[in-house]
Amino acid sequence: MSWEVVIGLEIHAQLTTKSKIFSGASIAYGAAPNSQACAVDLGMPGMLPVVNHAVIGKGIALGLALNAELGKKQVFDRKNYFYPDLPKGYQTTQMDYPIVGKGYLDIEIDGETKRIGVTRAHLEEDAGKSNHGIVPGMTGIDLNRAGTPLLEIVSEPDLSSAQEAVAYARKMHELVTFLGICDGNMQEGSFRVDSNVSVRRPGEPLGTRAELKNINSFRFIEKAIEFEIERQIDLIESGGKVVQETRLYDSETNTTRSMRTKEEANDYRYFPCPDLLPVRITDEDIEAVRATMPELPGAKRARYVAELGLSEYDAGVLTSSRAMAEYFEALLEHTGGKDAKVCANWITSDLAGALNKAGLDIADSPISEQMLAGMINRIQDDTISGKIAKQVFDAMWKGEGSADEIIEAKGLKQITDTGAIEAMVDEVLANNPSQVEAYKGGQEKMMGYFVGQVMKASGGQANPGQVNKLLKEKLSS
Amino acid sequence: MLHTLSVKQMSEKLHAGEISSVELTQHYLDRISQFDPELNAYVTVTPELALEMAREADERLKNGTAGVLTGIPVAHKDIFCTDGVKTTCSSKMLDNFIAPYDAHVVTLLKKAGMPILGKTNMDEFAMGSSSESSYYGPTKNPWDLNAVPGGSSGGAAAVVAANLAPMATGTDTGGSIRQPASFCGITGIKPTYGTVSRFGIIAYASSFDQAGPMSRSAEESAWMLNAMSEFDSRDSTCLDMERPDFAANLGDSLQGLKVGVPAEYFGEGLDPEVEKVVKDAIAEIEKLGATTVPVSLPNKDLAVPSYYVLAPAEASSNLSRYDGVRFGYRCENPTDLQDLYKRSRAEGFGAEVKRRIMVGAYALSAGYYDAYYLKAQRLRRMVRDDFTNAFEQCDVIMGPVAPTPAFNIGEKTDDPTSMYLADLYTIPVNLGGFPGMSVPAGFANGRPVGLHIVGPYFSEAKLLNIGHQFQQVTDWHKQTPAQYQ
Repeated sequence: MSWEVVIGLEIHAQLTTKSKIFSGASIAYGAAPNSQACAVDLGMPGMLPVVNHAVIGKGIALGLALNAELGKKQVFDRKNYFYPDLPKGYQTTQMDYPIVGKGYLDIEIDGETKRIGVTRAHLEEDAGKSNHGIVPGMTGIDLNRAGTPLLEIVSEPDLSSAQEAVAYARKMHELVTFLGICDGNMQEGSFRVDSNVSVRRPGEPLGTRAELKNINSFRFIEKAIEFEIERQIDLIESGGKVVQETRLYDSETNTTRSMRTKEEANDYRYFPCPDLLPVRITDEDIEAVRATMPELPGAKRARYVAELGLSEYDAGVLTSSRAMAEYFEALLEHTGGKDAKVCANWITSDLAGALNKAGLDIADSPISEQMLAGMINRIQDDTISGKIAKQVFDAMWKGEGSADEIIEAKGLKQITDTGAIEAMVDEVLANNPSQVEAYKGGQEKMMGYFVGQVMKASGGQANPGQVNKLLKEKLSS
Repeated sequence: MLHTLSVKQMSEKLHAGEISSVELTQHYLDRISQFDPELNAYVTVTPELALEMAREADERLKNGTAGVLTGIPVAHKDIFCTDGVKTTCSSKMLDNFIAPYDAHVVTLLKKAGMPILGKTNMDEFAMGSSSESSYYGPTKNPWDLNAVPGGSSGGAAAVVAANLAPMATGTDTGGSIRQPASFCGITGIKPTYGTVSRFGIIAYASSFDQAGPMSRSAEESAWMLNAMSEFDSRDSTCLDMERPDFAANLGDSLQGLKVGVPAEYFGEGLDPEVEKVVKDAIAEIEKLGATTVPVSLPNKDLAVPSYYVLAPAEASSNLSRYDGVRFGYRCENPTDLQDLYKRSRAEGFGAEVKRRIMVGAYALSAGYYDAYYLKAQRLRRMVRDDFTNAFEQCDVIMGPVAPTPAFNIGEKTDDPTSMYLADLYTIPVNLGGFPGMSVPAGFANGRPVGLHIVGPYFSEAKLLNIGHQFQQVTDWHKQTPAQYQ
């Protein structure tokens, strides 16, 4: 008998603000413990929260990108529970009036488009971190993260395989990073995916779900879900019952294990936070955000193919991140917009390869858009050949200067003086009488050999077009 | 004797150079040493801070940068965080807490140049109507050491009444400025919710808490309210608007003033002597040109039940931060995390605080939220609407502050419900967020009684002037218990 898999994702995206959602403390990652927690974050007596309005604009941007209803009136609620890394004894979140209501995100699965419902997305503050084991037998509390702004994005249980779940998570990741509302860094916990997984027989009501939490790569999310689906099916088929619980994924063993069951769940005693007034957003607020929204990746990809004539593959690589797309568009602009294909090639092959090898993000590329454009411009005005350009590229990567500086310093300028090229052609032909015989006898492939010899004689700097033309003239005479 | 002067007279003498702030401050510090042991009105006295600030005030008085309150000492309720000073909220939980920042009110009154004498005793976390729930023991009423001073700002009212400070700050969540002002025979005003920043005030029930001045006269309260209220972006519920000059109306005539007298405030449970004092005071105000109109507050009886769901609900959450982890009391040798939480809170909080945390947590719990919390919010709106409707027929409402004069220490400590009813006239005002004031109006059984004046939003200047005009023709506010004269 077949099984149907039902998956819903809860994604916590950390917002790219400078300061926390309710205080002025910095949210920069990696600072010394408790050095970025102010009196508000520590829950000190008499301290009060003030909404950082930057988070509202970021929430609106996501809502617009998901074609979602926007919460014109938002209410912050308190979710009450005790935990050492929760300084106030409650988390401030949005329960009944979230910033983003029902929307959707389209994903591509096996060449088909599937529409995944987004139930809601709400703003909330992150908790701190408990560090076990720094001091043996004790728990260290680091409240740097306490109060960091999050958007919790909740999907409908519309995903029916691990593959779909990951496609959705990747698409959401691409979206929030493109919008610039989240840096997407999964290792640092800026983008966290919790998966609710259940199985059922077709036509039956929803099965009991297990929640997989805090998995920090897409690959492991897929594996964890796959394992969990099998675990649940095996369990039910062998007469057991799935219990509602949170499970942790162990990437070493590729298994999931129980962390806590929902029977221990708290009664969170939600109620509206009396320290914060409801946030109201107007149509003008929404339009102001819309006006500054970047072109979204889907639209960008389509435009690259239709208007710039790029392949689907190149368009996909160039829109894989906002920084990549921005690099490409800047490069195109600095090269006069003449040849998108050439620009795309340099990015997707040489630059992407070098970055990948060095483990660098395009934002940290040692070759800026202006530098790469300077080199492409020299190819297009015949100063250098495409082959010489590779040398120039390598030198730029090593920090030896701009394309012009490198061409000058290394004397890489292409030889276009017809007299000089003619002298080299004559010399090659004179030194290779048997090959000339062969060519004249019908072996036209010898042309490649002559070109190679001339180029070699010129140190690669002769203009290949001129070399070809002169050789043909000389050999046919 | 310096302490028999009004703040106005003190200010004149300071500005004229006849006395110095150091002299005045030292005089109050001496009186505190002499009388506070029997009154127990201060939790902490800060002589060094007071004298240092007095010296700075004297400098300002000399160089012409002094205002009307510069050099006048003040006592802060121990709910206002005060930089470098122990701020306990009269709780064992915060017995070791030294605030590393000033409440906005403290900042503003420092700016005004008011030397801080110390921190006054109160009900623990402002939960109470008698100041008996303090970890540091009850404060006594200067008019009768067997009586409570009211609460929760009982220490503040007592220090003003006994001349252990010319002025004091208080907070009022359900009557905590007005009821002790009434019990101790001084003037106190709770402004419109949002007028004074709550930043640095240890929260009890956030949607009700509001700070205000406590002093002998309405005129003095007007000056102090001017000094302590200003928009503060650190409190999201603080009103972002220009504050009026609260002393600007102090000369206005009461001719034509329409005083609403709600029948519901003169019903069963009101001590007949208190009723007489209040009615006489209203008659006095009529003599100044006002007329009375009967108004109705039909939902008055819903106020106490509503308040005792909503305030504890907010408190149960506000007080979750006292968990023994980061600051405040921590139990000895916790065996694990649960033990740390349970014993730190069980040992650190007093009985009334624990009672309200439990009531509040219950009202918010799944399955009871609609029946308690949401219903109480509906009642809150009904009570507020009563006042809004009444203010269509009158300018202000007058009645008693409390059903009785000060009761005896220990009289109600075993009966929380009867203690809660001590606030049945003041709580409705907090539910609506309206401004309310108590002005001394006479005595019942030898203990002071206040007149309660309530107005529409932002009518503080009007209320203060009514108090001021009343105090031009009466001298209740000038009376002092014999031993503190």
